[in-house]
Amino acid sequence: MENKKQKGESKPTKGISRRSFIRGAGLSTAGSVLMTTNAFALDYKEQLVTGKEFGPDAMTIKMKVNGITKSLSVEPRTTLASALRDHLELTGTKVVCDRGSCSACTVYLDGEPVNSCMLSVLDVGEKEVTTIEGIAKNGELHPVQQAFIEHDASQCGYCTPGMVMSCVHLVDNNPAPDLEDVKKATRGNLCRCGTYPHVFKATLDASKKTI
Amino acid sequence: MDTRKDKFPHGIPGHNLSEIEREIPIEEPPAWPINKELKVIGKRVSRIDAHDKVTGKAKFTSDMKLPGMLYAKMLRSNVPHAEITGIDISKAKSLPGVHAIHLIENAPKEGEENKGSKYPMVKYAGQPLGGVAAESLEIAKDAIKLIEVNYQIKPFVIDMEKAMEIGAPIVFDVPIEQQADGGDVGEVHDGSKGKGNVRGPSTSSFFGGPRGDLAKGFEEAEVVVENTYRTQVHTHMPLETHGVVVDWKTDVMTVYASTQNTANVRNEMASIFNLPKSKVRVVCEYMGGGFGAKHSAGSYGPMAANLAKKTGRPVWLMLDRKEEHIAEGNRPSSIQYLKIGAKKDGTLTGIQQRSHGTAGVGLGAGVGRIAQVLYPCPNFATEQYDVLTNAGPGAAWRAPGNVQGAFGLEQAIDELAEKLNKDPLEYRDLIDKSEVRKVERQRGAALFNWSRRQPAGSGKGVVRKGLGVGQSTWPRFVTLDSSVEIKIHNDGGVEVRSSVQDIGTGTKTILAQVVAEEMGLQVKDIKVNIGDTFFPVGPGSGGSVVTGSITPPTRNATFEAKKELLKLVAKKWETDSSELFIKDGKVGHKNDAKLNMAFKEATKLMRTSQISKTASRSDDYGGFQQPWGLAFGDLGSVQFAEVSVNTDTGFVKVDKIVAAHSCGRPLNTGQLESQINGGVIQGVSYALYENRVIDKATGHMVNANVDQYKVPFSMEIPEIETLIVEEYSARSSTDAYGIGEPANIATAAAIANAVYNAIGVRIYEIPITPSSILKALKKVS
Repeated sequence: MENKKQKGESKPTKGISRRSFIRGAGLSTAGSVLMTTNAFALDYKEQLVTGKEFGPDAMTIKMKVNGITKSLSVEPRTTLASALRDHLELTGTKVVCDRGSCSACTVYLDGEPVNSCMLSVLDVGEKEVTTIEGIAKNGELHPVQQAFIEHDASQCGYCTPGMVMSCVHLVDNNPAPDLEDVKKATRGNLCRCGTYPHVFKATLDASKKTI
Repeated sequence: MDTRKDKFPHGIPGHNLSEIEREIPIEEPPAWPINKELKVIGKRVSRIDAHDKVTGKAKFTSDMKLPGMLYAKMLRSNVPHAEITGIDISKAKSLPGVHAIHLIENAPKEGEENKGSKYPMVKYAGQPLGGVAAESLEIAKDAIKLIEVNYQIKPFVIDMEKAMEIGAPIVFDVPIEQQADGGDVGEVHDGSKGKGNVRGPSTSSFFGGPRGDLAKGFEEAEVVVENTYRTQVHTHMPLETHGVVVDWKTDVMTVYASTQNTANVRNEMASIFNLPKSKVRVVCEYMGGGFGAKHSAGSYGPMAANLAKKTGRPVWLMLDRKEEHIAEGNRPSSIQYLKIGAKKDGTLTGIQQRSHGTAGVGLGAGVGRIAQVLYPCPNFATEQYDVLTNAGPGAAWRAPGNVQGAFGLEQAIDELAEKLNKDPLEYRDLIDKSEVRKVERQRGAALFNWSRRQPAGSGKGVVRKGLGVGQSTWPRFVTLDSSVEIKIHNDGGVEVRSSVQDIGTGTKTILAQVVAEEMGLQVKDIKVNIGDTFFPVGPGSGGSVVTGSITPPTRNATFEAKKELLKLVAKKWETDSSELFIKDGKVGHKNDAKLNMAFKEATKLMRTSQISKTASRSDDYGGFQQPWGLAFGDLGSVQFAEVSVNTDTGFVKVDKIVAAHSCGRPLNTGQLESQINGGVIQGVSYALYENRVIDKATGHMVNANVDQYKVPFSMEIPEIETLIVEEYSARSSTDAYGIGEPANIATAAAIANAVYNAIGVRIYEIPITPSSILKALKKVS
């Protein structure tokens, strides 16, 4: 499970992008207090960096979010998190640290968790974005969401969307996670209220109810 | 006042439960029995807003987007101490997309050091100086970079001990007043006393002043423990930063605020802008954590309002992570000298405490009152000094002062026990007079298996286990200015309204539970509309006051509304309303089973659209402790810690915490567990990880982010078992209290005692880092 978020490094491109700067700064995301190198943003190949220049003015792009293709006008410096929150009003995705160290902004790109604050919206390209708003299907909660409610796995609720995204990804990809798996899946998710014990319980409970 | 007598449950079930008669206001509802006889109260009820939280639908202040809204960014000083000679905004002003710039101007007061200057004196790096409103946050940030501030630099001091030296740079060379949001509670810190940067001391509290004769006490002592304990500055770091969205229309200023105290933010904004309170509306539906730092409108509130006024548009102003760390509160540091004397039989004869702490440019750096009240001792005195430094102001942080104080006191008590050849737990049985903590010690020790504890330092091997205990007390604060409105609509809907906010503790849910229990309905039938100052004023979420303050009037107003509804049914049934009751959603008659009516049908008998009843917190049954007006009793806790210390690396891991707590009548078990878990985890973080680091050469905080500001993540979370002891004291119609502060007080002390037990060397300073362990073991110098 651990490696799901840790794929090989892509070749850096020329110039300084927000992403390569962050990589240079050596920040980690999941497990920021562990000695792991785990920057979600490393997984993704450049989509649009082909010697072409963009910006600084806004440009119109298309992006598939929660199954619907949206058109939006963004400056190239816009992060995916900002595009979701400020342009598409999908504010479930939260920005807390804005530098890939708290996982509050976790969304999926083609089903894989990424820190949306660390990704240029132009780099999303053809990949499909799933946000917390896209986890419940037709009004039916995912078993993890249901278990979060039953086990009181949210206090203030600000980390909850990111926490749910990490736990849903675990439960959907590991049929029988144990406590250690849950801890690893959420090791980049900061919860300042200290709700972790209930998050662990809820996720383990949800995994038993998921086929 | 008309009163009647009623019998209430009193004491601790399974220990000393009995009944007590109280004289109570005649209009208040009859006593509730203990929890196991109730349907909704004391149960594990799901948070009523959890669905919105797990689906991302919950709208926090930072999520607000209003039509025409502008984004704002604050301008902050980048030097720690200076006079501003000029600010040039010309470049920023001409940046496309910038709508307004507002600079904070000096309000010259006689006696102030820079009374002639246009701008306020800069006292710390990160102090707010102004703000920009623009089309987007990016443009606002660009504009801030284009503003040029000219400083006349002055000498500054960051290190607290340096600040105490004669000849240190002086932070304020004038008397200063208590900061509105200061750290300590119960004592107005007088910034006009003292010398240089050292202000105070504060020597008394709501528990009174010094007691007895210290010299005599230490003369009688046969065993003395005398040490100095040190605690760090740490910041609140709520996930949602401080901030507001201000929508200032002609007739009303609406402030969406991430706040623990909607009413206080309203009062501040009304006062600053000279508006009647009726024309300022503060709304907080969801808020992303505060932990004590979010009671005020701050400087960002007025800034957003000024920008909204200048532009005629709504303004979004949320701080970023760095601003949050440097400028919006922290728990002050402490250097505490503590001397405790006891007789050979363990009787305490004297406690002397002297502390210095820094809340930066603020006051309120006391170490609380825990040494004064946790263990009765005839001779006691404390002197608590504030030391001013050029750093961001402190703010209340979950059990202000007491967390620092407990770290010293509870280690000293352990040392004393060892000197007296007593088990730390047994020694506390001897000197602690609290009945609830006695039960917590017994039940906690059994759950924790305390009897396996070995003598300090007796372990072998590289990784050594240690067990420790820490205790705490917290007053039962009650805010009498706590009001709530209950509405029964004529379609069966029931609504609760108050300005009280839910900061993540679950206030919405417990209010629904109280109403449901009293009204004979289910939690899902109750709509809770709170966090809005257009509703009756509720308490601020601080000091663990909310539950004890707002649930009694909630129950009382519900009782009143119910009585009114039952009168209508009684009229129809031609009977007396006192014969009627509501249970499981149905109105029934005590003596005639055939008479019954669904609650919804009953509400159709109303001539008006709603029955509305408002109630405010009445005095506690039996009154309050005088002269300070504290409620009787306390919120006691005992926490047990198990740690592993790696003697090669110095790494400390907390394996397990057992947290035994009391909060009167528990209302919601799941939410209580959540809050206790949170308090414990923040305590682990305080003991082992967190530390605000300011560069002494520049005055800038170097770890003002999430990645370098160390806090525990999932891998560091210990196993936590919570144990809630029901304790009935018959002081209000719900007899319930909060748990926010108590949950956080004892943890660091319990961990420090466990570390001592593991390695046999005591650590007097937190955070306990690998380096401090290796130094204690003399493996490094």
